[in-house]
Amino acid sequence: MFKWFGKVNFSPYTKVTDFADHLKDGRLMGSKCKKCGQESFPPRADCNNCLSGDFEFIEFSGKAKLLSYTVIHAAPTGFEDVVPYTIGVVDLKETGRLLAWIGDTIPDKDIKIGMDLQVVPQVFDELEEIKVYYSLEKPGTAWSKA
Amino acid sequence: MARVGIIGIGHGQFGRRSDATVQELAFEAYREAVQDAQIDPKDLDGSVIGSVPEYHKQRSLPGVVQEYLGLNPLPTWLTEVACASGSAAIRTAWMGIQSGAHKLMAVIGCQKMTELSTPEILALMGRVGEVQWESVFGTTFPAYYALFAKSHMHEYGTTREQLLQVAVKNHFYGARNPNALFRKEITMEKAMESEPVSDPLQVYDCCANADGAACVILASEEIAKKSSKPVVWLDGLGCATASMSVLRRPNLVGLPSAEQASHVAYEMAGVTAKDIKVAEVHDCFTIAEIMAYEDLGFCKKGEGGRFIEEKQSYLEGRTPVNIDGGLKSKGHPIGATGVSMTVEVVKQLRGEAGERQVPNADIGLTHNVGGIGQYCFVHVLRRD
Repeated sequence: MFKWFGKVNFSPYTKVTDFADHLKDGRLMGSKCKKCGQESFPPRADCNNCLSGDFEFIEFSGKAKLLSYTVIHAAPTGFEDVVPYTIGVVDLKETGRLLAWIGDTIPDKDIKIGMDLQVVPQVFDELEEIKVYYSLEKPGTAWSKA
Repeated sequence: MARVGIIGIGHGQFGRRSDATVQELAFEAYREAVQDAQIDPKDLDGSVIGSVPEYHKQRSLPGVVQEYLGLNPLPTWLTEVACASGSAAIRTAWMGIQSGAHKLMAVIGCQKMTELSTPEILALMGRVGEVQWESVFGTTFPAYYALFAKSHMHEYGTTREQLLQVAVKNHFYGARNPNALFRKEITMEKAMESEPVSDPLQVYDCCANADGAACVILASEEIAKKSSKPVVWLDGLGCATASMSVLRRPNLVGLPSAEQASHVAYEMAGVTAKDIKVAEVHDCFTIAEIMAYEDLGFCKKGEGGRFIEEKQSYLEGRTPVNIDGGLKSKGHPIGATGVSMTVEVVKQLRGEAGERQVPNADIGLTHNVGGIGQYCFVHVLRRD
């Protein structure tokens, strides 16, 4: 159910809908094209290399390196209650990149481009509906539900 | 190939225009352009509108603009590629004339941004990033450029001061442009003290949302040659794209679409970066202008910070950039911006820029970026 993904979700319907179910179970999944083997993150159903629509989910380690980051002070609609928040873009160990909030295990002053980070699945506990996301944490941080 | 000439230009007042509808803004620029070109509007054979529709309450904008300009039953249509919509409209009219389907067209860039609140605009603009994997984390448009800024500072040692020197320059020239939103100079101290937006970017690193319109009249070579105005020719047109998602870019220190579009435009016009005497570049944020110096080849990759520090983009420098105040000081009515840039370059090439005139400007350039570089249009303009 991809509508579970994100504080505000803009695309509830997608061919990679099971991504959010896996995330809820504590697994970060990329995709692999069953025909040519190309791996992607974010996951994609349709291969832009060989045009095949046949794919499978593969689990990623969540090991990552910080490429860039910013502290957002002026928030868009739906995020006013969480400012200021820090987002980071990371290169994933397997392939591809991911954008996420930098979590509580990393104080702002310790953030450095090139640092190692761990992508950790997260659930918004304070919300009644199911809402999942991932955050960037200190290497070794375990998923809280695991 | 036959040439396409710009024979008329018009530019309305940019700003918070709560006195006018979007079609009334369009009319101001259109009237000035038709009068400037000294043409009978009856000789026009169509119009192209550059605008981004989601900011307007009015749906299907070309219809209401075409009616208000009095151009029915001539054809019209909209081009939309985010903040590059105005240059896309110019390219589309150029294609129409090159194909022979049209001979004389009005291109109108118009936008009313301030019908929405700032958080609503931040939310809409943030969704020019990819919504499935990025907007879910509350990304904003300034946040994307902040990611570029952080990377550029880390990779090349670009400094906060260098970023804000772009803002100081653009306000310096904007103070001398009657159509600009902000007509006052700023100091480095004031810029440094401004509110944080998205670290490292502060308020003075960001252009302002604005309302406004600009218009150019494009003519076939045959018609342009009969014009009583000095003709400025659209001699090189490049456009290119890059991934919607910041996650699929080769790096975060430049815009590959801008680099690619400029190569195409330079080659088509038979010029190099060194030949450009005056440029209008897309400084939606200070870092964007620094990356533009590099992507367009005005300086080497990584030297954009030094380029502004040495004042090479001032009127007296190697390549004068945004001598009308840029988006930073003029304001950024997104659909109008590409046309506004073109109006300024035409003025410069005609020698009509007054105290902002770049001496002996014969070849100029516009660089209009959509979103975070998903689209880029580079046009080379030349005076006879």
